[in-house]
Amino acid sequence: MVNRIVTGAHFGLSDWLIQRVTAVVMALYLLVIAGLLLWQRSFGYDTWIDLFSGNIMRTFSLLFLLSVFYHAWIGMRDIVMDYVKPAGIRLLSHVLVILALLLYTIWSAQILWGL
Amino acid sequence: MKFRIYRYNPEADTAPYMQDFDLDLQAGDAMLLDALMLLRQQDDSIGFRKSCREGVCGSDAMNINGRNGLACITPLSSLKQPIEIRPLPGLPVIRDLIVDMAQFFKQYHSIKPYLINNDPPPETERLQSPKDRAELDGLYECILCGCCTTACPSFWWNPDKFVGPSGLLQAYRFLADTRDQATAERLDNLEDPYRLFRCHSIMNCVDVCPKELNPTEAIGKIKDMMVKRVV
Repeated sequence: MVNRIVTGAHFGLSDWLIQRVTAVVMALYLLVIAGLLLWQRSFGYDTWIDLFSGNIMRTFSLLFLLSVFYHAWIGMRDIVMDYVKPAGIRLLSHVLVILALLLYTIWSAQILWGL
Repeated sequence: MKFRIYRYNPEADTAPYMQDFDLDLQAGDAMLLDALMLLRQQDDSIGFRKSCREGVCGSDAMNINGRNGLACITPLSSLKQPIEIRPLPGLPVIRDLIVDMAQFFKQYHSIKPYLINNDPPPETERLQSPKDRAELDGLYECILCGCCTTACPSFWWNPDKFVGPSGLLQAYRFLADTRDQATAERLDNLEDPYRLFRCHSIMNCVDVCPKELNPTEAIGKIKDMMVKRVV
């Protein structure tokens, strides 16, 4: 195969947009959690369990974690694109990052609904 | 005045080195280029480019005390001594302060930096309203000196794939031109994880531009146009 510089993948806009949207979701979640922490005087195990036993909080937390993982995917992919030059190793790195993040997603759901 | 200048002659030197120079000169109104010209009288082997000596041609872009700029419009009085002068970072050095700009211009050419309009040319100019013309302010002034692009880490890592701030500013200059008819093709050409989306708004480009232009803002406007086209 000829070794030419190839560009023109015609994607990137949706990733860029998603990175911004997920950042907003993360910021909102952190504000809510910070608000709850400040609002609750004593924050023991009971209040913690109470807070996360409702489906709304669990769903919001999962949404937050999904945002973290998707945001991390785009960030990690950008780092790999910058620093890993051989295409084969780059693809392998992408696959490993995706698999790890999928694993974290399943793990997060187990933790949130296992409390 | 004390100077430390990057020296490298690939035909004679095995590695680049920094050479110290002393110049009997009061800063006054003099610019860095004036000092370089005087230094070249001391040592005529110092290689650097210059032409218009008034910030219009963009030939004498170099890294001055760690910051890219044009020697001809950088007042000596604004610089801390010893004044350390290096070639623009991220490009191959031909000799001393002279770099090979081929990669930079290749990216510039890749955005088709000319008006694309398939209508038959009118008898006179293609007129614009003053409001439409004002859209080009802050874009057409780019002199292609390369200060911004060579200050951009994204360009350092991917000079062969990332267009760079200067090229993207020029790309927006034609996207913003009401006389241009190739908007869709231009956006297609840029929509790529490398060509446009390597920009992470580091804003070194805005920091160093000797013409005080804002490539980051232009890149943001290109992204806005792309969003508008899909939502």
